[in-house]
Amino acid sequence: MPLLTPFLHLTLPSPIVLASGIWGTSAALLARAAAAGCGAVTSKSAGPEPRRGHVNPTCIDWGAGLLNAIGLPNPGATHEVDILREAKAELAHTGAALIASFFADTVENFGRVAAILAQAQPDLLEANISCPNVHSEFGEPFAATAQSAAAVTRAVKQAVPHIPLIVKLAPDTPNIGRIAAAVVDAGADAICAINTMPGMLIDVESGQPILHNRRGGVSGPALFPIALRCVYEIHQAVPNTPIIGTGGVTTGKDAAAMLMAGATAVGVGSAIHYRGPDALTLIRDELAAWLDSHGHDSPAAIHALAHREPRYDLHPTPAPIPK
Amino acid sequence: MLPQAARIVETQRENANTRTFVFDAHWRARPGQFLMAWLPRFDEKPFSLVDDDPVTITVAAVGPFTRLLHRLEPGDRVWLRGPLGRGFRPEGQRMLLVGGGYGSAPLDFLARRAKNAAITAVIGARTAADLLFVERLARSGADVQVTTEDGSAGEKGLVTAVVEPLLARGGFDALYACGPHGMLAALEALARRHRVPAQLSWEAYMRCGLGLCGSCEHQGRVLCLEGPVLSFNNCSSRGRSFTRHV
Ligand SMILES: Cc1cc2nc3c(=O)[nH]c(=O)nc-3n(C[C@H](O)[C@H](O)[C@H](O)COP(=O)(O)OP(=O)(O)OC[C@H]3O[C@@H](n4cnc5c(N)ncnc54)[C@H](O)[C@@H]3O)c2cc1C
Ligand SMILES: Cc1cc2nc3c(=O)[nH]c(=O)nc-3n(C[C@H](O)[C@H](O)[C@H](O)COP(=O)(O)O)c2cc1C
Ligand code: FES
Repeated sequence: MPLLTPFLHLTLPSPIVLASGIWGTSAALLARAAAAGCGAVTSKSAGPEPRRGHVNPTCIDWGAGLLNAIGLPNPGATHEVDILREAKAELAHTGAALIASFFADTVENFGRVAAILAQAQPDLLEANISCPNVHSEFGEPFAATAQSAAAVTRAVKQAVPHIPLIVKLAPDTPNIGRIAAAVVDAGADAICAINTMPGMLIDVESGQPILHNRRGGVSGPALFPIALRCVYEIHQAVPNTPIIGTGGVTTGKDAAAMLMAGATAVGVGSAIHYRGPDALTLIRDELAAWLDSHGHDSPAAIHALAHREPRYDLHPTPAPIPK
Repeated sequence: MLPQAARIVETQRENANTRTFVFDAHWRARPGQFLMAWLPRFDEKPFSLVDDDPVTITVAAVGPFTRLLHRLEPGDRVWLRGPLGRGFRPEGQRMLLVGGGYGSAPLDFLARRAKNAAITAVIGARTAADLLFVERLARSGADVQVTTEDGSAGEKGLVTAVVEPLLARGGFDALYACGPHGMLAALEALARRHRVPAQLSWEAYMRCGLGLCGSCEHQGRVLCLEGPVLSFNNCSSRGRSFTRHV
């Protein structure tokens, strides 16, 4: 069952995409994710300067999902270029695309960081305007309003017009469709949805928040219905823009549902915790088997299926009641 | 898994800067597996299990978190997540154990689990005062040899100086080691040269402990999930083949 997935100017070997912040810290792990069956792999978000990230605990499995506030540790854009170059070389024979994720503290710095990362010639750029875990330093995520999301998009497109741009959105906004329309209007080529949903856990024995950052982002199964709803609404708002549907995908059927909601590709992260390092391969193979057993010849065949309602044939009219 | 509050029931001084903590927690784990110890609003750090029932760790005071742990007493609480990672798998009848610094902590647990094996242990440290678990390993039935960098106890030099001739002489089914990176890299080279299967416990900076964040990557593997023990079998034809196990 071929899983070839047209995505912008690329043809990905599979619709499965390694989500940013999962394994994306080294070329070796990015290459491993590609070998495991990803059609594209996303690097850990890099920022203008090196960052240490938050103090532990930074990630907790609370049963129905995970909560993390890793705090964007990264070596800084300049050093990230080396990691991306190395990753690109290692990915060459796999056919998988490299997505370079990045963040910044100001609109201008988003453009600056994008220009630095562009030196490594990644296939795609992904602007992470939605990390919920650096509030105290950066204020509200840029994804919170249509204006700031569009401003970042314009700055990046101006700095790097030649590499297609994915903008990664946050779920905690009253109208995600409006934000998506604004970034597409500002030049975004694709959308990644969603980042984690802000949350908190408290240890009742100590009476203290478990994450050192106090708040963090929910991912994993608990995020799945929220992500589906977001992707569905984004597809309604910008039906011609490809979406990487991300959030809680743990099985091949989850991936199928994400495609039906309107995604063109499917991001996977936390599933590696729930199903182990083979999760990427398992999800890809389950999706292929599901498509096959339902008579679909490609992931594209079920794209946005949930937006087309079935029609019931109410004819012929029932026979007249005999006198 | 959420961190579980545990009370310290006993502490023991091991050497000048190392203490052992016994908790009122009872797990089932393999030697080489580790836990994350959390002090709310302070930090959470990884430590090898020295025993699983009761849960026991041995901690060298090297920085803010470990120094704070050393000030805790029986009755105080520490929050634990574990057992995490993949540990050692005792294989063969003649085992060579090599520990550097607090790396000898999980080795005594391994020696106690490998009941019927003949065990030789080489324990290295900077000075005699830094040696750890020499007596414990002897009590667990191991034939213990000691090296110190300044020669204040045992052979003067690094553990590799003792390990090399032992491996050259032959007669070991497998090498098991835990310690600093440089020591493990040297042992890995020795094991390959002498074609002895090896299980090495690597240390790395742990954040999520769930196999996701990539912080603990070593040789393309996430050590918190797929390690810290990585093993290779020199008898296989594929050379650099690491096998995974629980
Ligand atoms: C799998 C594993 C098992 C370990 N087992 C033991 C053990 O049995 N006994 C023991 O005393 N120590 C053990 N350590 C090391 C222990 O975690 C560090 O000594 C401790 O985190 C230091 O914290 P600190 O605040 O006291 O010092 P810091 O000043 O924060 O750090 C001192 C040094 O410890 C290391 N370190 C710090 N934070 C971490 C972290 N989050 N993850 C990994 N390493 C870190 C770094 O190399 C650092 O240079 C183990 C580490 C790992 C990864
Ligand atoms: C440990 C961890 C680290 C993450 N780091 C990043 C990051 O650096 N940049 C980013 O855009 N998203 C990051 N995310 C969010 C994921 O990319 C993804 O959007 C989210 O986890 C939902 O997908 P999942 O349920 O499949 O994990 C991180 C998530 C986790 C769990
Ligand atoms: S500590 Fe996060 S992957 Fe191991």
